Formats: sequence, C-alpha cells, structure tokens
Amino acid sequence: MNLLQVNVWKGAETGAFRTFEVPRQASQTVLDVVTYIQRSLDPSLAYRFACRVGMCGSCAMTVNGVARWTCRTHVDAVAVDGRLEIAPLANLPVVRDLVADMRSFFDKWAKARGQFKGARTRKDPFEPISPQSPERRAVDAAIECIGCGVCYASCDTVTWNPDYLGPAALNRAWTLQQDARDTGKAERLRAVAGDGGCHACHTHVSCSERCPKHISPTEGIAGLKRAAAKAALRGTL
Amino acid sequence: MTARSETLLWIGQRASAAVLALCVVVHLATMIHAVQGGLSAAEILGRTRGSAGWFAFYAVFVLAVSVHAPIGLRAVLGEWLGWRGRSRDLALIAFAVVLAGFGLRAVFGVFGAPA
Repeated sequence: MNLLQVNVWKGAETGAFRTFEVPRQASQTVLDVVTYIQRSLDPSLAYRFACRVGMCGSCAMTVNGVARWTCRTHVDAVAVDGRLEIAPLANLPVVRDLVADMRSFFDKWAKARGQFKGARTRKDPFEPISPQSPERRAVDAAIECIGCGVCYASCDTVTWNPDYLGPAALNRAWTLQQDARDTGKAERLRAVAGDGGCHACHTHVSCSERCPKHISPTEGIAGLKRAAAKAALRGTL
Repeated sequence: MTARSETLLWIGQRASAAVLALCVVVHLATMIHAVQGGLSAAEILGRTRGSAGWFAFYAVFVLAVSVHAPIGLRAVLGEWLGWRGRSRDLALIAFAVVLAGFGLRAVFGVFGAPA
C-alpha cells in the first residue's frame, strides 16, 4: 500500500511533531489526511473544520511550512517525497495540536472598525449602487474573504509587530471604505491609519500570494494608505 | 502616535524617497563623469567651492536623508528590537539632527565659499 509519512504537531505552545502513516488515496486532501489520523490512529488529535468545501474558513493549517486551507489542498500538490508536515497556523497562539486561537485575529477586525455602519432604516428605499462604479468594483475584488487567517499567518509584519492589524482586518476595512452606504468612514480611517495600521505594511505581498480566495489585501492596504494621505493633507484625519 | 502623525511620517518617507531617487542618480552620474582621468582632492575642492547650485543640491540631498533614514529606522527598531513609544521617537529625532548636522557640515566644507 502506498503510504504517506505525516508529521503532525501535538501539544500547545510546547509540544512536538508526531509521525503517522496514512494510506494514499486518489484526490485526497490534507483535511482528509488529518481526519483519517483522528478517526483511525489518534482520537485525541484536535483540529478544526466545518464545511469541507472552502466556504467556512475554519480548516486552515500550516502544511509543509505554508499556510493553506486544508479542505481544498490536494496532497498530490503539496507532499514532498511522500511526506507532509502539518502544524497549526503561525502568528496565533496554539490551543491544542492543530487548533489555533483565532481571538486576536478577529479582535483586530473589530479594532479596524470592520462593522458596517449605515444610516437607512428598513423603511427607506435601497441605495442604488451601480455594479460598474469603481467603488463597487473595488468591493467585488475584496469582499469574498472567508476569514480563514491564511493571510495573517503568512504575514511577516504580523510576526514582527504583534499590534499590526493584519491583512484580513485591513481588507475588510477597505471594502467598507468603498461602500457608498457606510457612514463610519472617518472614524474607520483613523482606526486603520494609527499605530499598527496600514502604514506598518511593508508590501511583502505574502497575503496576496497565499490567499486561497485570490484576494489581494495588499491592494486594499495601498488604497487605505492613499486615502489616509489625502485625509491627512486635507486636515480631516 | 495619532493616525495623522503616522500618516505624515509615511508621506515624509515616500516624498523623501522620491527626492533621494533623483539625488542618488545625479550624484553617481556626476561622480563617474567627474573622476574620468583622475582628480586630486585639491582639484575637486577647487571646482566645488563657491558653487551655489551644487550647494543647494547637496543640502536638499542631506535633508532628504535626514528625513528618510530615521523614519525607516523607526520601523526596524520597532519590529526587530521591540523598541516602541516616546523614547524611540526622541532617539530618532536626535539621530535626524545628527545626520543633518554632519551632512550639512560636509556640504559647507565642500561647496561653501572658497577659503
């Protein structure tokens, strides 16, 4: 039988890799491998998943040193000489085994004012938004984020500066800054232009390179920098 | 630091980078052109002293360095050494003053009025 050698992180912040042998299957995903290990080899293995089809964003892990969504990552595409190394996402505390603590990641979305703030009530008519408008197109390019944390785990600036809001939170802020209906833009721009905000980004582009949804947070962050610069020069920041 | 201050520092670094890109090209091209055939220090000073245009050019060059380098160093100190807050910014203001001081002293020496 064709076997895959899989090193899996066991423990929390301190721990060690443990090696498992997993039968190779056609079209096998990394999540399939982790599930096999938990169901057949080590029932104590902790990991997180939900939808299995690339929608929920909960199964991201570090696979052979690179953050990936495991449910949509085929073993054939990432195994090197029949070996896999699976670890929890980087730049986040480890709860146990392959489960990263996502609190700081999502807390930063709130810190970046990632909530929509509108003025209309349900009794008002819809705001007409042209699908062709530049703002709506910018939103379209960035809105499909599933909050998997792959960009955050791949970002060198997050590693070096724990206060940095990170690509996902800034990408979310960028979509809201482009939303004609949103009324919290001035406050949000102040939130993302301060310490640990958009100016901390060094444009390494790891987030855009690794995003499984092919979003480019780098572009959004650059847009936030431009918007902050204009506001600062106008004296409105 | 406020959002406005952070943003002004970012603008300062980008604007000084644009100035430096031009200054470095002009500086290198002039150096390469001027030393063709060899020049002594006395010959160099003979040509440079009293030149108001080059004085202004190198004064701008030095001031752009004094703006650009401390802002870049600010990120390096924060990310690599974890040095943040007021003490870092005061140290970098001192660093900027030292850079500008030594740089302008050299500019005066090379491009100032002939002795």
